[in-house]
Amino acid sequence: MKKFTLLLGLFVVACSMISAVYVHKGYHVGDVAEDFSLKNIDGKMVSLADYKEAKGYIVVFTCNHCPYSVMYEDRIIELQKTYGAQGYPVIAINPNDPAVQPGDSFEDMKVRAKEKAFNFAYLFDEGQKVFPKFGATRTPHVFLLDKSRTVKYIGAIDDNPKAADKVEETYLVDAIKALQAGKNPEPSFTKAVGCSIKIAK
Amino acid sequence: MKNLLFSFLACFFAYTSSGQSTPIKVYHSFDEMEAAILKHDNDTTYVINFWATWCGPCVKELPYFEAAAAAYAGKKFKMILVSLDFAEQLDKKVIPFVKDHKIQSEIVLLDDQQANKWIDRISPEWSGAIPITLVYQGEKRAFYEKEFHSVKELEEIINPFFNN
Repeated sequence: MKKFTLLLGLFVVACSMISAVYVHKGYHVGDVAEDFSLKNIDGKMVSLADYKEAKGYIVVFTCNHCPYSVMYEDRIIELQKTYGAQGYPVIAINPNDPAVQPGDSFEDMKVRAKEKAFNFAYLFDEGQKVFPKFGATRTPHVFLLDKSRTVKYIGAIDDNPKAADKVEETYLVDAIKALQAGKNPEPSFTKAVGCSIKIAK
Repeated sequence: MKNLLFSFLACFFAYTSSGQSTPIKVYHSFDEMEAAILKHDNDTTYVINFWATWCGPCVKELPYFEAAAAAYAGKKFKMILVSLDFAEQLDKKVIPFVKDHKIQSEIVLLDDQQANKWIDRISPEWSGAIPITLVYQGEKRAFYEKEFHSVKELEEIINPFFNN
C-alpha cells in the first residue's frame, strides 16, 4: 500500500511537471463540450439544447470592436443562411469584458446586431465563464460541434480575413461538409490572426 | 551665416523629431519577412513584437518596447516591431500612427493573409491573438503571447540573453 502511495505520488509529480510544459487550455477536438446558458441580445437565455433539430452547432467567439470580427460578419451571416437551414446553426458569443473593451457591451451588441441584421443568436458571456471552457483565445474563433456536442473542428472560418473573394481554403465549410458526409474534418484545427480576448482585471 | 546655421539646425530637428526615418518595409509573404528578420545567426539579441494599430493592448505596451530599445542602445540589440495592419492601411493609418507616437524602433509590415501557414513558424504556442513578443539570439528563442505592463517586465525576458 505504501509503495502504491509512493508510486501515486510520483505519478502526480510527473504529471504536474508535464502540465508545466504543456498546459491544456479548453477543449480539444474529440472532447464533448458542456452546454451553457447565456443571454441573447433579445434578452432570452439560450442553450445549445434549445436547438432541438440541430445536427451540429457552429459556435463562434466574436465581438463588435475587433476588425477581424467585423471583416467576418457578412460571412457569418451567410453561414447561418446556408448551414443554419441545413441544421447547423451559428451561435455567436461575445467573450470580452466590456469594462476592459469599450464597444463590446451588451447594449453595443444589440446595436451592431440590428445594424447588420444578424440572423443568428448573439450571446454575451457575462462573467466570462464559457470562453475559458472552450479555450477560445481570440476573436473570431470557431468551434464546430456535432449533434452530441463533440468538438469536431477548432479554428478559422477560412484562410483570408481581408478578402472573402480571395479565399482559397474554406476550412469551416469543409468541416461542416465532412460532418454531413459522416466524416471527421481534415484539417480539424487551424490558426488565424485575431484580437485577444479582453479579460476582467 | 547665422541664419543658414539656424535653418540647418531647424531642418535637422524637424527630420529627427519626425520619428522613424527609414521607410516601413512591407512584406506580402511570411517567407520573405522570416528570411529578412527572423533568421539572423549572430550574437545580436533581437526583440520582435507583433502588433497592429487596431489592437488596444498592443498600442498600450508599445511605449515599454520603445523604452527597452533605448535602455539597450549601444549593446548588441535590435528591436523590430512587426505591424499586422493591412498594406492598404500603410499611408492612412500606420505612418500617421508612427509619427503621432514618435516611434523610433524599426517597423515592418506583414500582410500575408494565410496565417494558418505561418503562425506555428513563429511558435507552436501562438494561438494567433496579438500582441506577441519573440526574443532570439541565434538558435536561442523565447516566445510570449501576452501584454507587457512595464519596461522592467521586458528587461526580465531580455536580460537572460545577455548573461551567458
